[in-house]
Amino acid sequence: MSEPLLQVEGLSLKRNGCEILHQVNLSIHPGQVHALLGLNGSGKSSLAYAIMGCEGYTPDSGRVLFDGQEMIGLSITERARLGITLAWQEPARFDGIPVGKYVGLGMTQPDREKVTAALEAVALPAKYYGYRAADRTLSGGERKRVELASVYAMQPRLAILDEPDSGIDILTLGDIAMLVRRMAVEGTAVLLITHRDEIVDTADVASLMCAGSVLFTGSPIEARRYFTTRCIPHVESLGIQPWDKTDPEVQAALASNGIERIGDREG
Amino acid sequence: MTLVDERKHASGQRPGWANEMAAMLDAYQQAGGDPGALQLPEVATLVVSANDVLVAHEIPGVHFEAEPLEHGVKARISVEPGVKIERPVHLCFGVIPAEGVQEIIADYEIGDGAEVQFLAHCSFPNAIHVKHHMQASIHVGKNASLTYTEEHYHGQTGGVEVLPRAEVSVEDGGRFLTTFSLTRGRVGRLALDYVVDASAGALVEMTTKAYGTGDDQISVTEVVRLNGENARGLTKTRVAVRDTAISQVYTSMEGNSPGARGHMDCTEIVRDEAEARNTPIVIVRDDQAQVTHEAAIGTVNRKELESLLARGLSEDEAVDLIIRGLIQ
Repeated sequence: MSEPLLQVEGLSLKRNGCEILHQVNLSIHPGQVHALLGLNGSGKSSLAYAIMGCEGYTPDSGRVLFDGQEMIGLSITERARLGITLAWQEPARFDGIPVGKYVGLGMTQPDREKVTAALEAVALPAKYYGYRAADRTLSGGERKRVELASVYAMQPRLAILDEPDSGIDILTLGDIAMLVRRMAVEGTAVLLITHRDEIVDTADVASLMCAGSVLFTGSPIEARRYFTTRCIPHVESLGIQPWDKTDPEVQAALASNGIERIGDREG
Repeated sequence: MTLVDERKHASGQRPGWANEMAAMLDAYQQAGGDPGALQLPEVATLVVSANDVLVAHEIPGVHFEAEPLEHGVKARISVEPGVKIERPVHLCFGVIPAEGVQEIIADYEIGDGAEVQFLAHCSFPNAIHVKHHMQASIHVGKNASLTYTEEHYHGQTGGVEVLPRAEVSVEDGGRFLTTFSLTRGRVGRLALDYVVDASAGALVEMTTKAYGTGDDQISVTEVVRLNGENARGLTKTRVAVRDTAISQVYTSMEGNSPGARGHMDCTEIVRDEAEARNTPIVIVRDDQAQVTHEAAIGTVNRKELESLLARGLSEDEAVDLIIRGLIQ
């Protein structure tokens, strides 16, 4: 196994007096897809912002090492130029900036063919989208695909993708999953925040976050099982139903843990 | 074919014409114009350097009457009723020397049912101390359509004072769409002042874009009076100021008749020690009219900025890109 490209060690972060990340440890290797799972508010996006160096997300303690170099103290630009980038869950809208230009921003040598290829990789034909503004006229799903295309075109060493699947239609999910794998094959390490099984399945490793901590790291199947058997019952007890219990794998996991009555209760 | 060969000086050829024309074409290009378009015989063209009419090329349906003043030109530009002009009419105004005054008194008459686009480029590329005053009277006839796009280039010194003033009347069913852009080079001092009266069923859309740096001063005054039934108006202002530049945007929209609908939309970005002010005035004199406004003044949106930084842009590059996007 190669040396980790990204190592997060004992990372803690408080915002407005609340600890939103607590002693987080995480490693990602080159070309690896590492899924990050967890309920809303568990700290996944905060961890992404802390790795990227966003304003207000400077850790109180711990380290973020990228290729052995400490990132804390470096600006977003410096981190990006070292090869880290982030696709936001709700990407910003830009008046007057064409999609094609936006997609090419992170490329060392802007290249029309590569921009076209990146757009087509997310099922956006360049001839229709290249000159449209990356503004409010794009739907939420289109804007997210543009964001992914811009990350792909940049060919970063580490791509942090914050829920690239939310707001994406079911037909396009396969394209997103393929793109994530393609990025990994081409050498990009991917930290993939997601709630969708179809996307989790593209991962090599998965970690599960809860209340600002990483509870578990293992294979995606194990992580999902852990989530299903440990987290769902807890959430069910609070009356929240976030997981699709019609999924045979979920049903099996529930049954194996003696909690099939939850399904009965729904019926 | 060249302009020198084919386009005669409005008052006859004279020595130095070709050199001055070449300088104006360069300036025209700097202002974003396409000099090639000026050479097409099917394109109506008016080129004025200081107080000299270098070219007044008419086409069927479009007429120019121009006479020099001591410090400028008085021009009447008319489009015959009912004609639809395929290619935009090109207007080119400028002062090439570092100092000078150019006063343009222009009278636009767009006949009933006519359709025409004007592309005006005003260039003062070497300005150290140049004044450009434009006093326009624009009449858009019944069911006529005028699209007027004006781009300025003022060089890099900030030594230009530009005062475009226009009184516009749009008759029943007419359309007046205008865009004023001063986004390249320095502004210097800009005091734009437009007043538009719209009759029944008329449409007015005014877009103003300016980017002030250094100690530039930008003042935009736009008054739209929706006097006729179902008249519609929109003002859209996009201004960015950096360094110690100051912008003042004053927009007023009046809904004076049943069914009148107006909206004012102003976005200003402020950086460094710059200052931006916006004063929207909404006046409604009929209980079936409606006028709305929205204004946003502030710094660059943090999320937009961080998105660009995450692609490796420096903060200056990112801010500039966001501002240029806004005012494009």
